[in-house]
Amino acid sequence: MSVLSRRRLIGVGIGAAAGASGLFLGRNLVQRYGLIPPDGGGIYGPGETLTYAAHRLLTRHSMAREFPRAAISNPPFANEVAPLSRAFKQLQDGAFVDWRLAIDGMVAQPASFSLAEIKSFPSRSQITHLACEEGWSYIAEWIGTPLSHLLEMAGTLPQARYVVYRSIQPDWWDSIDMADALHPQTLVTYAMNGGDLPVEFGGPLRLRVPRQLGYKSVKYITSLTVTDSLKRFGKGLGSASPEGGYAWYAGI
Amino acid sequence: MAGVASIPAAVSVRAPGPRHAAVVRATHWLTTLSFLALLITGGEILLSHPRFYWGETGNVLAPPLFQLPLPSSRATVPTGYAYILPDQNGWSRHLHFEAAWVAVLTGLLYLAFGFFTGHFRRNLLPASADFSRRAFSGVIAEHLRLRPANNTAARSYNVVQRLAYLLVIFVFFPLVIWTGLAMSPAVASAFPSAVSVLGGQQSARTIHFFVSVFLLLFVVIHFAMVCRTGFRSRMRAMTTGRPPAQMEGL
Repeated sequence: MSVLSRRRLIGVGIGAAAGASGLFLGRNLVQRYGLIPPDGGGIYGPGETLTYAAHRLLTRHSMAREFPRAAISNPPFANEVAPLSRAFKQLQDGAFVDWRLAIDGMVAQPASFSLAEIKSFPSRSQITHLACEEGWSYIAEWIGTPLSHLLEMAGTLPQARYVVYRSIQPDWWDSIDMADALHPQTLVTYAMNGGDLPVEFGGPLRLRVPRQLGYKSVKYITSLTVTDSLKRFGKGLGSASPEGGYAWYAGI
Repeated sequence: MAGVASIPAAVSVRAPGPRHAAVVRATHWLTTLSFLALLITGGEILLSHPRFYWGETGNVLAPPLFQLPLPSSRATVPTGYAYILPDQNGWSRHLHFEAAWVAVLTGLLYLAFGFFTGHFRRNLLPASADFSRRAFSGVIAEHLRLRPANNTAARSYNVVQRLAYLLVIFVFFPLVIWTGLAMSPAVASAFPSAVSVLGGQQSARTIHFFVSVFLLLFVVIHFAMVCRTGFRSRMRAMTTGRPPAQMEGL
């Protein structure tokens, strides 16, 4: 008996030590790589955290698939949006000449760019897939300036972890981590399929995040805030989506 | 072995090992729970777009491969129904992916157990003699006559059972996980060929649906057979491990 219990004791001891060091290592890894999403609490938190952590370890630098011109969906499908706000209509009446995109928060130089200025910045064209969480999808050519270019111009501070972006439409805002914000395919988009970005597809300005589902590509964006924490925004869950029951991270 | 004769009688009549190993029982019920969650939430998610396509893209402006005669939770989908169902995608998607993690991690544990202990080879791989036409027709004839399983059959699997379980474990489950992952834009960016091999993301969605239907069909037949051969004793065998043969006297 004494041999057995001693063996058991040693076994339990080793197990506990392994568990403790595993937890310690896990916590360090999580803190270092930022593997917990802002909506990582609650009963669905473990699933969300596993998905987000797995994706950040496996897909941090992966590139969204780009397609040949022949793959462009004709016609593309524009999802419904809430009735456009008065603020939007006023700018629309002026042909969006006065549309501006502001950058503030953890940047060296807060800035505000007009649509014409953004169009003069280095641009990128990419033919990518847009998939809606509902199940439908289309492929289109998107043209814009990489978000990383605007962040670079404003001078992102080293402690920056997220970029919050807001639509001119009320209660429509979202955020992405720096892995997606600095990703070369994350575009501040102003053109689609060769022409101006149509209003129903998010024109004049839409943030395209092609490695996540369509709802992360917020339409009619007017401001960006660089931050180290999402706690102070809305209910602290990272975007309007978790407040409506949807996941913050939509790379699934 | 000479020692056998000296084993006390009490030991020789002791119940043989459990019908199912503890790992098999635990992973069976974890998989059952996660499958039920995946099925219900998958159905809910499907209602937001009950149309299917082939290829990379598909939406209401493109012709579907087929459309299920169901109402939708989205006004943008033409269904022929005058009403729109409430949107249940938020919690459905959360639970779908969480249950998928449970299913995948449980499946990995079960696979490791199955390969290391010889569970697959011993209990699921049919013997080569089982592949004769006579063996097959024998099993099928027994089923058609609705003859209850005898004690030997209750402690082992026949060839049709073995093939069905192998199909579910090594074809349907891997395929449903693969097609599920292939719908993810981030996974597609990291492993593009996992999508193109399937014919595109909408093809992946369509295959995901059909494999789920096959899995549901398996569960329905599985459950019917459990009821047919003795619901209580089979449930007990899969829960406490007590062999069905032991139940005969009770």
